[in-house]
Amino acid sequence: MTTHYLVLSGLLFAIGALGVLIRRNAIVVFMCVELMLNACNLAFVTFSRQVGNLEGQVIAFFVMVVAAAEVVVGLAIIVTIFRTRRSASVDDANLLKY
Amino acid sequence: MNTIPAPTIEYGTLAPLLVVFGAAIIGVLVEAFAPRYLRKAIHVPLTLLSLFGAFALVLVQVLRGQVATTASAMGAVAVDGPSLFIWGVILVLSFVCVLLINDEGHFVASAAAVPGSADEEEAEAEGGGGHTEVYPLVLFAVGGMLLFPAAHDLLMMFVALEVMSLPLYLLCGLARRRRLLSQEASMKYFLLGAFSSAFFLYGTAMIYGYAGTVSLPGINEALAKGSGLDPLLMLGLALLGVGLLFKIGAAPFHAWKPDVYQGAPTPITALMASGTLVAAVGAVLRVFWVGLGNLDWNWRPIIWGVAALTMIVGSILAITQTDIKRMLAYSSIAHAGFLLVGVMATFGTAAQNAVSLKAILFYLAVYSITTVGAFAVVTLVRDPGGEAGHLSRWAGLGKRSPMLAGVFAFFLLAFAGIPLTSGFFGKYAVFAAALNSGTQPGDSMGGWMAGLVVVGVVASAIAAFFYVRVIVLMFFSEPAADGPAIAVPSTGTVAVIAVSLLVTVGVGLYPESLLGVANDAAHSLFIR
Repeated sequence: MTTHYLVLSGLLFAIGALGVLIRRNAIVVFMCVELMLNACNLAFVTFSRQVGNLEGQVIAFFVMVVAAAEVVVGLAIIVTIFRTRRSASVDDANLLKY
Repeated sequence: MNTIPAPTIEYGTLAPLLVVFGAAIIGVLVEAFAPRYLRKAIHVPLTLLSLFGAFALVLVQVLRGQVATTASAMGAVAVDGPSLFIWGVILVLSFVCVLLINDEGHFVASAAAVPGSADEEEAEAEGGGGHTEVYPLVLFAVGGMLLFPAAHDLLMMFVALEVMSLPLYLLCGLARRRRLLSQEASMKYFLLGAFSSAFFLYGTAMIYGYAGTVSLPGINEALAKGSGLDPLLMLGLALLGVGLLFKIGAAPFHAWKPDVYQGAPTPITALMASGTLVAAVGAVLRVFWVGLGNLDWNWRPIIWGVAALTMIVGSILAITQTDIKRMLAYSSIAHAGFLLVGVMATFGTAAQNAVSLKAILFYLAVYSITTVGAFAVVTLVRDPGGEAGHLSRWAGLGKRSPMLAGVFAFFLLAFAGIPLTSGFFGKYAVFAAALNSGTQPGDSMGGWMAGLVVVGVVASAIAAFFYVRVIVLMFFSEPAADGPAIAVPSTGTVAVIAVSLLVTVGVGLYPESLLGVANDAAHSLFIR
């Protein structure tokens, strides 16, 4: 029964990871990371049901709080970059290399 | 109605953590309520006192012999011997780094102002100094670093990982000079860091699905019962490993390190290169040893490959670098590889575990303090536009400022592991422990351990080449006519360089002093 949820969670995680790798806009990359975190939440809640204890559900709350904090920090950084360069593309940030 | 039993919290044991986090929160309040001209005058003593106080509390626990033998805070945090040693090291390092951070001119006056704009000029003109938010951010990061290696379940470890990383992402973007580089470093660190922590979290979810708990000893118990070949477990192990190895900068997850180390303000680079590495290696040890100890025939071959690759990649790529901070970053990658050799050696009997644990703790302590000293020297060699990063600018430094160049050369020799420096004993201890573990009965990787040590020695030799190249450049080439200026060091910077020089020389001559402490810490082992 819970298998479907796990498959969905795996798919969401894979879509997120793929998005981080192929998308070029920093905001979209960041949204993909958030998608990965939400895939984790789904997995935690599903396993919580499967294993029969509440730990997984509690963890999901912690993850939500951490994700919110991450949004604050991440958007601050991306907005600063955008104001400086007038672009949020991760390809344009190419001063540091080799 | 059922009553919920109240949790017990061992406040005495956790006091160092609470002091650091408490001071960080007070720091935020200072930012909110104190007038701007007073803030720095409040932050500096508050930050230094809290770090010193936390260190004193660690010492009290050690000297009274009250090292906890069970996990504190309902099994969430384990304050055992290795934790206390790592806490002491991190607190000393962060104290020293705060002295570097205090120096004028490292941090931007207004991070929100666009570089080169009128806003920026205005902020520079009226504010003087940089953002004072730096101090609470550093304290939060240090709090996370303390919690990370002491976390006794994977949830606590994830939260600590984020508490440590989020302030560091911001701090990376606050350099006053070369702001584009700094902002870029910040964004790269953030995106890659968030990506890797998502892997860590999904790995945690998989392991929770397998074991039904995220507590490290609980996972180990479940492993003892199961066959150990469950796909959930394998997936969890791999994803968890990616997240952790990213944090210590092991190849192939090292790409962020040179960019971030180069772009970040140098005092923050010093904090990351020392504190974060110490905390992350501590966490790696705890996860693999306490949580996955019963699975060692699965993860040791992987760590073997990662360690060998990390040492080779770090040493070889460092040769091609032209920027001093990038070179030190690759050197840090190579050292992460040497530390992983030590992680490999935690196998077999309790005595062998104690020997390799002692070697890693000792290595962490001596390497990190030398790193802080080296970055402190880097802050002093300046061009008109900021620090003189390019290696060609360092040519002939030995003739213009023999003292500074001499100290830097000594730090480089310590990185290379030349005898009579602390680095030599660090490497020796780790390699000896690895060889010894190969002779343990029942070690399926017996011969492989010797192979890894050979790789390590070859990598050290390659690394020695580029360290010596910088020394030759400093002492045996003519200084450029318009060479970089040597800034007059502030008292804080002098103190930082003096402390790390003293430790590097002192431990090099009398390694027993620190080895003894590491030994005592290692013998209480991790709480299982």
